[in-house]
Amino acid sequence: MFPQNRHNSNQRRYRVNIKSQKDFFSGLFYTVAGAAFAIGATNYSVGTGARMGPGYFPLLLGILLAVIGAFIMFKALTVETQSGDKIGSWAWKPLIFIIAGNLLFGILLAGLPSLGVPAMGLIVAIYGTTLVVSLAGDTFKLKEVLVLATILSIGSYGAFVMLLKLQFPVWPTFITG
Amino acid sequence: MELFDNLALGFGVAFTFQNLIYAFIGCLLGTLIGVLPGVGPVATIAMLLPATYALPPVAALIMLAGIYYGAQYGGSTTAILVNLPGEASSVVTMIDGYQMARKGRAGPALAAAGLGSFFAGCVGTLILAAFAGPLTEVAFKFGPAEYFSLMVLGLIGAVVLASGSLIKAVGMIVLGLLMGLIGTDVNSGVARFSFDIPELTDGVGFIVIAMGVFGYGEIISNLSKPEEDREVFTAKVTGLMPNAEDFKNMVPAVLRGTALGSALGILPGGGALLAAFAAYTIEKKTKIRPGEVPFGQGNIRGVAAPESANNSASQTSFIPLLTLGIPPNAVMALMVGAMTIHNIQPGPQVMTSNPELFWGLIASMWIGNAMLIILNLPLIGIWIKLLSVPYRWLFPAIVLFCAIGVYSTNNNTWDIWMVAMFGVIGYIFIKLGMEPAPLLLGFILGPMMEENLRRAMLLSRGDWSVFVTRPLSASLLAVALLLLIVVALPSIKSKREEAFVED
Repeated sequence: MFPQNRHNSNQRRYRVNIKSQKDFFSGLFYTVAGAAFAIGATNYSVGTGARMGPGYFPLLLGILLAVIGAFIMFKALTVETQSGDKIGSWAWKPLIFIIAGNLLFGILLAGLPSLGVPAMGLIVAIYGTTLVVSLAGDTFKLKEVLVLATILSIGSYGAFVMLLKLQFPVWPTFITG
Repeated sequence: MELFDNLALGFGVAFTFQNLIYAFIGCLLGTLIGVLPGVGPVATIAMLLPATYALPPVAALIMLAGIYYGAQYGGSTTAILVNLPGEASSVVTMIDGYQMARKGRAGPALAAAGLGSFFAGCVGTLILAAFAGPLTEVAFKFGPAEYFSLMVLGLIGAVVLASGSLIKAVGMIVLGLLMGLIGTDVNSGVARFSFDIPELTDGVGFIVIAMGVFGYGEIISNLSKPEEDREVFTAKVTGLMPNAEDFKNMVPAVLRGTALGSALGILPGGGALLAAFAAYTIEKKTKIRPGEVPFGQGNIRGVAAPESANNSASQTSFIPLLTLGIPPNAVMALMVGAMTIHNIQPGPQVMTSNPELFWGLIASMWIGNAMLIILNLPLIGIWIKLLSVPYRWLFPAIVLFCAIGVYSTNNNTWDIWMVAMFGVIGYIFIKLGMEPAPLLLGFILGPMMEENLRRAMLLSRGDWSVFVTRPLSASLLAVALLLLIVVALPSIKSKREEAFVED
């Protein structure tokens, strides 16, 4: 539209905007993590080079990580990328169901004594986990999932409890007592 | 010749029908358990260890050798088929192995891993038998400064593994080193970064990080894609065995991996791990022949070399184990535990005071290795069938086995909460384009590096120049620097090309 259009690419270089979203946020991740480790390390005695305390190495590495992160962020703001390296949308559904299924396994298997949740044992935990985790997929057929859970229960019982004799709570505590 | 006398003595002890049966059973059990995703070799051996208590020492060692090889191969199988590393050294195998599997070439990948391991194991055994004595001298030349420099070199080597940005990979290593420091500091007894949580004073488990970052992170990322372009196995399975072309690519890689592994295995402390990483690095740097698949996309050399290096290093790592008494990795530490139960104290005296046991052990490692090939080559077809299971059934099973696996290592639900956290972190890594493989290596080497840095600095009275004034340490650091420059150069070049494209 404007005759100055051809200068646009030059101007863009000086505007402060994120050129690579992925890199910027990974740099931020490193800086925050590095700073957290470094600050945490100051709680422990740092010591001297000849006699390093427990804080020395973590402090050193924490600062290094924070600097690396800062460098990556700086680069992400200055070096052009073709597509802007967008992070894209987060897959909340699989994220939530996979993690929830995993947590549910722990809760059902051994219970939460501090909250008074009783241990339901391995078999219940397998059914619960399989059901919840399967919800993360695109298709969910209850019948199919129940068959899968049954197969996994029998297989796990055979392999882990009978063959390997691992110490799992297998049945709910209110049944076994 | 003494070498053959010794080996003959060993095989005389080990090679009985009964022992072969034990080797077979051990190998079978090890493979079956080791192949479950979420159950690595360490967990497998720990689970099966009690089964060997009742046996006489030689039979027990042979069965353990079978379990060891079976578990390790089983671990490689899961790494290749479902992209889950059971132990640190399979992280490298996974990179190209999984890509081969996705392209329908899981059979050749598994065969390459098995054949490469077997060849490397044979060479390693011979080297161990021939040079056990003189090679221990080399290990004594390594002081803390040399170890530290060696680890720096290993970590720089790991950077080369990352396909993305160099600086992001370096950050990942440092993050891994820091995470490795979580837990009780061995020197002062201070619990670092543990937030007064008793479970954290023992540190974060390797399995927990591997399962969370590689297992859950990968599954979540897979499920977020539409079904048709999901990154699982769409290609048809083509052939179970490597073809002539594969062999042509494989053989030099196996030879290089074996040589490197035999050399690095002698160094105590993570020799096998470094060997696998270094072997992959070297393969990646050697020229790709026309028509060959690039690395990271399913090159058979990327499977054969690290597997061979890992295995030959496992064999030669008996040298520091038997002379300095240092187990090179967690698996070997368990083996040492098993030996002590059978009244065998690893150390220089075993070779002289108990020669039939020492050489019997070496022979049994070879028998275990051979049994693996006999058992697993026919089984490849069955493992491949695993891939035809639809993903909607596979992923709940993987999540379940991961959860069971992490729980069973400590019988503690804490690890289940931790693996959930690392699952979220793993997904973030994928979204931000951060390669997780260097993180694991840093994590493993973190505590060792700190320990050696402390010792080296204590000995030098706080003088940092010790790392460059000691010739061996200086040359290791020089190689690391060289490697860094070599890696950095192409990236500078490609950046410049990018800039040109934009202009």
